[in-house]
Amino acid sequence: MSTRLTILAAIREVATEQAKTLAPLADDLPLMETGLDSLCFAILVARLEEALGADPFTSAGDGRLPSTIGELIAFYENALV
Amino acid sequence: MSNLGTLFERTAAGGGRGRRIATRAFTLELDRLADCGCLGEGLARLDSRCVLLAVGDMAKAAAALIELDGVTRRIVLCPPGADAQLLIALARAAEADALVYDGDAPSPEIDVAIRVACRLPLAPLAAPRAARFVTEWAMPTSGTSGPPKLVAHTLATLTAAFRPATGERWATFYDVRRYGGLQILLRSLLGAESLTLTDPNEGVDAFLGRIGQARATHISGTPSHWRKVLMSGGAHRIAPQRVRLSGEIADDAVLAALRALYPDAHVEHAYASTEAGVAFVVSDGRAGFPASLLREDGEVALRVVDDVLRVRSNRAALRYLGAGAPALEDSDGFVDTGDVVARNGDRCLFVGRRGGVINVGGAKVHPEEVEAALNAHRAVRASRVFARRNPITGALVAAEVVLSEGVAADEATKRDILAACRAALPAYKAPSFLNFVAELPMTDGGKLVRHG
Repeated sequence: MSTRLTILAAIREVATEQAKTLAPLADDLPLMETGLDSLCFAILVARLEEALGADPFTSAGDGRLPSTIGELIAFYENALV
Repeated sequence: MSNLGTLFERTAAGGGRGRRIATRAFTLELDRLADCGCLGEGLARLDSRCVLLAVGDMAKAAAALIELDGVTRRIVLCPPGADAQLLIALARAAEADALVYDGDAPSPEIDVAIRVACRLPLAPLAAPRAARFVTEWAMPTSGTSGPPKLVAHTLATLTAAFRPATGERWATFYDVRRYGGLQILLRSLLGAESLTLTDPNEGVDAFLGRIGQARATHISGTPSHWRKVLMSGGAHRIAPQRVRLSGEIADDAVLAALRALYPDAHVEHAYASTEAGVAFVVSDGRAGFPASLLREDGEVALRVVDDVLRVRSNRAALRYLGAGAPALEDSDGFVDTGDVVARNGDRCLFVGRRGGVINVGGAKVHPEEVEAALNAHRAVRASRVFARRNPITGALVAAEVVLSEGVAADEATKRDILAACRAALPAYKAPSFLNFVAELPMTDGGKLVRHG
């Protein structure tokens, strides 16, 4: 599975578990408007670390954090290069 | 001298012939202690000393305690398996100048003036007993890190909670060198017919077999010990009249499981700590304790300050040992237990340890309350909850679960358990990670190992 598909599947899985209603996951959707809360993001980041073997939130060098779905995917793709 | 007498005198006053304490290796016949001992001529050299007691077998420890009380100024109860480094730290903390070591093992390499070997079987006393001290009994608190912190008790504080135990046959999973096990040992010496003790290399099934042969009526251990019994094929080798849990939070699930396993037994849980002593026993079969116990006019006074239980009684330790040690009691004579309680109507429930909280994005989670929710699921036999670091919330709740017999360790079970937790707990308290494990690590004291 590509990084993109892994991330989108994990987002849906966490939303289901935490009983959150997700907005359509377009690349320009701001993370704050996805329907996930900070606990969901925390779980998502931990799951993605297991699935992808990377945690760019901990290792990010320049301190710039993603704010949309597209940026989140790129954030991981860059970390995995 | 205490007006209650020494441990030897009080053991002799416990009456009855044929009373005994048994480990796998030794049987200590209490009748014979009148003119026999385990320290030989070494006892005279320990007069007025401060003695580290570091023996292996618990029957040896019991025999040595009976000989040492009243003769030495201080006895330091060293945890089983203490290595030379820990013994040196204990000797320093307690200003010990003598060592009683196990005559069946090499003498530990530590620097003390006097060394005496402890050996069973009993041998005739070399000289008449000459007890003249109110001996201090020093023992480490159950804190996990840093140099050992010792508290001082006396036989009077250690036995203040006792009622006569004549004719009872006891068994315990505890080690008698720690407060909980020492309570059982002293109760037994002062009146019970027998006490069956564990051996460090003995499995649960084998120990249950020995308890069954001894026809023990009163059996005590931590909830973790009892969960092991519940998972053991040997659970029906014992037929207790009384099942007692202490040392950890007893949740409704383990209490109900033990009632179902031993329908003829009375299942109770006790609350005690090394510092505060025995505070109370709860006999109604439910987790926590009645809020009516929060009163200050009885033999044991209880109050809650900042959600933490404080206890005042004649069973508390005298003080912490060592120069510059903090005060054991507050200005009103209460000992701060560090155990967080929550009131729910007429019930108080133990929530966890003050220092043990997991901080999930600023919200506090006690591992114990999550474990109670997990243990309430019929598929779960035992669980352990701990923090997992997280860059978003600082930490998340993670859990390891031992499944009940016959439950499939699959994704469906995991989903079912987690769904039950999310229904019972706020979202941030429900585990975000759950792994199945074959068993959970236990400390030597029979408590679940907590992550640091």
